Amino acid sequence: MSTRTWELLVVAAVLIVSTIVYLGKVGGWIGGVSFSPAVSIIVIILIFLSLVWILVRTLRGSLVDRRIVFLFVGLAVVLPFFMSITQKIKISPEVQQLYDALEALPPGSKVLVSFDYDPPSAPELQPMAESFLRYCLRSDLKVIIIGLWPQGPQQADLALQIALEDPEIQSKSPQYGVDYVNLGFQAGNEFVIQRMGANIESMFPRDYFGAAYRDLPLVRNVKNFSNIDYSFNLSAGYPGTQEWVQVAVDRYGLRLGGGNTAVQAPMMYPYLNAGQLVGLLGGMNGAAEFELLTGVTGKGTKFMLSQSFAHMIVIAFVIIGNAAFFASGRRKPLEQGK
Amino acid sequence: MEHLAVWIAALLTLGIISFLYKDNAWYKLSEAIFVGISAGYWFVVLFWDNVHGKFWTGVFPPEQYDAAGNVITEAPDYMLWVGAALGILMLMRLIPKIGWISRWPLAFIVGSTSGLYLINYFSSNMMRQVQGTIMPLFGMWPTDPTTGETVFQALPTYDIVGNVVILVGVFSGLVYFFFSKEHRGVFGATAKVGIFFLMVTFGASFGYTVMSRMSLLIGRVDFLFGTWLGLIK
Repeated sequence: MSTRTWELLVVAAVLIVSTIVYLGKVGGWIGGVSFSPAVSIIVIILIFLSLVWILVRTLRGSLVDRRIVFLFVGLAVVLPFFMSITQKIKISPEVQQLYDALEALPPGSKVLVSFDYDPPSAPELQPMAESFLRYCLRSDLKVIIIGLWPQGPQQADLALQIALEDPEIQSKSPQYGVDYVNLGFQAGNEFVIQRMGANIESMFPRDYFGAAYRDLPLVRNVKNFSNIDYSFNLSAGYPGTQEWVQVAVDRYGLRLGGGNTAVQAPMMYPYLNAGQLVGLLGGMNGAAEFELLTGVTGKGTKFMLSQSFAHMIVIAFVIIGNAAFFASGRRKPLEQGK
Repeated sequence: MEHLAVWIAALLTLGIISFLYKDNAWYKLSEAIFVGISAGYWFVVLFWDNVHGKFWTGVFPPEQYDAAGNVITEAPDYMLWVGAALGILMLMRLIPKIGWISRWPLAFIVGSTSGLYLINYFSSNMMRQVQGTIMPLFGMWPTDPTTGETVFQALPTYDIVGNVVILVGVFSGLVYFFFSKEHRGVFGATAKVGIFFLMVTFGASFGYTVMSRMSLLIGRVDFLFGTWLGLIK
């Protein structure tokens, strides 16, 4: 059979199997899959042995196809979802600092949360959003949500739905407009932050659902940043934490914590060290650490095993690549500039 | 409808991932759908938020009612016409003969943005960072308010090491970017230390980037095996 036929057969097989599994899920005759700890260890050993085999093959001069690397990264991401082993997570000082800042807030304090991201960044930032909102509502902190990205308020709404499912929060029966409010999106990037420093209502005259700002009890007396006790920015780029620091923190003295994608996080550490940020959650790791501190395991913790496995695979292939490079004797010609 | 939405999302996700095997029609279709929908989405969002939400409702404010049912009329903001005029001038770029006019609004944007950013960056990214770098190496001599005496308070070892690393890193990094003197001798060695610090910084940044990209993949895998197929417990 030709390669083309094989490819079409594989696609057909994937679609058929997926359809059967989907029907099984809908019909309830196929449930979640979970490996026992013994099977999980065997799977890890098998992956390790196959990496050793690839290293040996590579040292013998037989280079692997790039698709093999993709396959291993894929396996490293997928398999941990089914493993019943846990990973130890260590709390970093910046996450502890954010948690301590929240802990120090008395009940009834007003927390401004800006959702400055969209669905592509949700795997990293949504776990942070969910655990942050859950913590605030559990601790009787008043949450004011805004978004400088068009899809931010929608992400906030999704996170709120998850947080409100928490039994402890349900027992408090939080009211929209009294305990939390979603003021929606406003275009204008850092100029919105600047105007909010003088008058928040001028930028958000109506909330996400169309209610007038002055009709919402929670924000009726919130004029500007001086009425906000703490703020948290979930950011995936521009506008994001940097703009909040430059305008809200340095000009208006707002106390700000950051929740950033991992790409952005290294650029935020100077702000953290200079005291411009009060706490930072960096990437999925930051989300997992915050979940650990708040005592509620969420997606951040669940995803961390896949994250760690994928990193180990990347490191393994970096080692394999370098070993092959030095063993193949190509170092000499490169040094000689050939 | 929900089943259909999940299936479309799953098939498009698989289509994009299939590029890792090789370029194919399924991938191209998924990519074209993504680009088309993104362009359409952003056009609609920007139109309704800026042209309608800011300009139209600013110039022609709609009638609003207070709790008692009285009409509240806001004064029109005629300054918005200036922005609208600049926006129209920007579109002159589409007419080659008078395309040069589009440079005026562009000059306005560049000038105003430079002015704003100059202050923001000078304050937050320069002065505050310089301030954050100048810190005690080993300890401080604070004055005791009750006795009026100065007593030495040593920093924890962790902080001392961290502050020394920052001092060496900042100094050697600045030396590396000083090009008015040839990088030789002690000066060259210091610059090399600066390169070392820069490499560590880039390495950490790259590591975080890998983590970020993996997170995106993890999110999609969670969708495929969890939301779509329901195999994840």
